[in-house]
Amino acid sequence: MSAGEILWQSVVPLFSALPVTLTVLGLLLVVGLALGTVLAFAQTYGRRPIRALCVSYEQLFRGIPPIVVLLFFWNGLFQSIGMPRVLVAALALGMRSAAYQSQIFRGAIQAVPAGQMMAARSLGMSRFQAIRSVILPQAFRLALPPWSNEYSSVVKDTAFICVIGGLIDLTRQAMMKVAPLSMRPGIGTQLVLPYLIILGLFYLVLTFSGTALLSLLERQLQIPGFEMKGKVER
Amino acid sequence: MAAAREKNLGNVILRVEGLHKRYGKDEVLKGVSFELRRGETKVVIGPSGTGKSTLLRCINQLSVPDQGRVWLEDIEITHARTNINHMRAQIGFVFQDFNLFSHLTALRNVSLGLVKVKRMRKEEALARARQELARVGLVAKADAYPAELSGGQKQRVSIARALAMDPKLILFDEPTSALDPELIGEVLEVMTHLAESGMTMIVVSHEMGFARAVADRIIFMEGGGILEEGTPAEMFTCPRCERTGQFLRKISELYGETENG
Repeated sequence: MSAGEILWQSVVPLFSALPVTLTVLGLLLVVGLALGTVLAFAQTYGRRPIRALCVSYEQLFRGIPPIVVLLFFWNGLFQSIGMPRVLVAALALGMRSAAYQSQIFRGAIQAVPAGQMMAARSLGMSRFQAIRSVILPQAFRLALPPWSNEYSSVVKDTAFICVIGGLIDLTRQAMMKVAPLSMRPGIGTQLVLPYLIILGLFYLVLTFSGTALLSLLERQLQIPGFEMKGKVER
Repeated sequence: MAAAREKNLGNVILRVEGLHKRYGKDEVLKGVSFELRRGETKVVIGPSGTGKSTLLRCINQLSVPDQGRVWLEDIEITHARTNINHMRAQIGFVFQDFNLFSHLTALRNVSLGLVKVKRMRKEEALARARQELARVGLVAKADAYPAELSGGQKQRVSIARALAMDPKLILFDEPTSALDPELIGEVLEVMTHLAESGMTMIVVSHEMGFARAVADRIIFMEGGGILEEGTPAEMFTCPRCERTGQFLRKISELYGETENG
């Protein structure tokens, strides 16, 4: 067998592991987005005890390594109540991402000038209407660039789900193939590094295509007055 | 000039009684009471920091007064059981710094309240919004976003936004204070037309030319209270209160007397 064939044989299983990574990524983004939005609004408009609760949530999930959160959820939810592994992984990382996303949204909501809410209320809109049709559309645009940052960060976090036993994602699959490769005398050991580079490329494609789509969306939604004022004087 | 004063003013539309408002230790309003008649233009003048803007905000409850009551016709706005959104929909508010919705075009700025608050159909609301933009001379800018408008244009759009709601009165909070001098005229012109067409309005302003020419009555406020109220003739020629005269002389020294409208 040529080196190329050996390498290809190890790469093919990565494609079958890709759906697991993609599913977890998709679900965790949904969980993070939904929960993060709720947390952000609760923190901005909620009463004091609610705000305090949200702050503790954020501190908790931002202060613990993702692997530890995953292990905790795995032992708590899979081992004891039998929740499917993919869900456990998505929930753990999603709840963690929500802590970060809520900060992004909170910053964006607070960046919308107070006069916008006042003008909406002066027309007779309820607070909810004002949030929905005036604050949210503006905050959403402001949140897109930092959100795209969070996206590329959680893509890489998905590699940690390999700690969940029996869940074969990209990284777990690669680890399972590296072992036999490195035990093959001669050519095999030399293939380990190229193989890991290919694994890296899988993640690179995910982060790159995602952020490219997001910046496309950003341009689509662009409105005069909402440009990122990022022009640097050199 | 005389035209404004010959207006037949109707019955009382807004009644303000004993408004008090305090921010921390600072008592900004110390018992303000007055009445406004249908079709009346009342201009509120006075040194800065005397609670003029706070007074306007307390009328439509953007700031909630600590004490005192406000009636719009026979409904008490300040009553706990009054639906405040319903009351605000009937009271236009024009802000010093415009506060146009920055993610919407001029047209959508004007139509948003019609759709969301008055539950108007979208096409109908847009048609109405176009009419209101025409009224302030800005149909050509219907599709422009706020960032693409000059200060004067922004303020005219915000007046159109208030007008579209068919308000019973409009409160103007220093509508020209954030404008470059050469843009003040176009906004005052729109407001003068409004006053002449019988709109009921309260205008907090430092534009003495406008006050003299357009106001039916002028209120002079200082230190959180009303010091004097009268017609422009009374206030400008021989104010009963020495302090009012002092203020008016100082203002006309500072800005010069611009005859407007």
